[in-house]
Amino acid sequence: MNLLEMNRVKKSFGGLEVIHDISLQVGEGEIVSIIGPSGSGKSTLLRCATMLETMDSGELVYLGEQAAWNDKNGRTVYGDSQTLKKIRQNYGLVFQNFNLFPHFSVLKNIMDAPLTVQKRNKAEVRETAMELLRKMGLEDKADAYPCQLSGGQQQRVAIARALALNPKILFFDEPTSALDPELTGEVLKVIKSLADLHIAMVIVTHEMAFARDISDRVIFMADGVIVEEGTPEEVFASSNERTQSFLGRYGEMLK
Amino acid sequence: MEISVMLAKLAGGMAVSIQIFVLTLVFSLPLGLVVAFGRMSKNGILRAIVKTYISIMRGTPLMLQLMVVYFGPHYLLGIKVGSSYRIWATMIGFVINYAAYFAEIYRSGIQSMPVGQYEAAQLLGYSKIQTFFRIILPQVIKRILPSVTNEVITLVKDTSLAFTIGVGEMFTTAKALASSQVSMIPFVAAGLFYYIFNLVVAVAMDQTEKKLSYYQ
Repeated sequence: MNLLEMNRVKKSFGGLEVIHDISLQVGEGEIVSIIGPSGSGKSTLLRCATMLETMDSGELVYLGEQAAWNDKNGRTVYGDSQTLKKIRQNYGLVFQNFNLFPHFSVLKNIMDAPLTVQKRNKAEVRETAMELLRKMGLEDKADAYPCQLSGGQQQRVAIARALALNPKILFFDEPTSALDPELTGEVLKVIKSLADLHIAMVIVTHEMAFARDISDRVIFMADGVIVEEGTPEEVFASSNERTQSFLGRYGEMLK
Repeated sequence: MEISVMLAKLAGGMAVSIQIFVLTLVFSLPLGLVVAFGRMSKNGILRAIVKTYISIMRGTPLMLQLMVVYFGPHYLLGIKVGSSYRIWATMIGFVINYAAYFAEIYRSGIQSMPVGQYEAAQLLGYSKIQTFFRIILPQVIKRILPSVTNEVITLVKDTSLAFTIGVGEMFTTAKALASSQVSMIPFVAAGLFYYIFNLVVAVAMDQTEKKLSYYQ
């Protein structure tokens, strides 16, 4: 069974259709990268998948459970709030600009949702949180506040915060776009290290080498459609004109 | 009259002023939050009603509002009110007036919060109420503290307006003593009282701001 299924999704903003009829499936433990030029609808697709935006048309299914479906006029209807709340527990999202809670310490940022939302045991949550911080290389920052951290450290805390809720699928919305090259490296390294957790990951990124190395599947989007989809080798060696023109130098470099 | 007797009388007025001050804050700060929600409601009718209320509270003198609250029941509704209604009228007048101002301050703070905070909370599974009270409100309080301090300092001085409906607060007492004793001392004492009161408020608010400066 697919973890995530998006079927024939359409989304417009003020009459401008930014996603035309996109379908996307993600299987268990699968790592999918979405690449493409700015304005191609990648982030919007991710925001539809995570229900931060509502789709105009199309279906959204997590682990066989429908979050949204089409009515007979082909307009999307969403499930009731209880259903959606349950479905939301399947996934997490790492934002481009981190969105940590500035008034909470690093540790509290990670522990608060498991405690208040999932009502888990405090000792167990603390242990999980410290373990995640170790994994992120930030165990000495547990008591720091987000404003005392670099962008790369903040993003690693945000990743730990998302992981603490044990999602089955983790979305990344351009996780390194707000970072300089040096900090980008440390965040990408951490994301790569998550591969052995066997959590499915869907990553919108402009880091081509990273996408090629980490992904099971690469999706190239342009102008609101999926132009091409396949293994990294297939997509990066594509003969498709649109793909080639986007990859340009990357394609040459990676050969 | 001995100065000590005068000061004892002024102390009685002082107690009433402090009572008006404390009770106004205790009730208008939470009420202001409720009003702010009404002002930002999705329901257009509710929003229009709250907007009108805020507009009237901000657009007319507090002194006039106190008189309307105090005399209104008698003149408009023919209800006989006892003299104990004075302090009630004062409290009602101050609370509804200050709630309107606080509501606008809350609104400015709430609307200045980045949408990413709400989105992150939603993704982490917080309910709307949890999001507001755990994530949004603590940050809003930090943001609005300077405006709140201004309003609280104004309130200290505004308590003297209860004078207009004959409540025996600090200023009422000072004025009565000044005319009966033909002395400036009560006014000087009153001035000192308001000044020191506000100094304490300013220091306390400054401390609170410092306490919240552990994050940006």
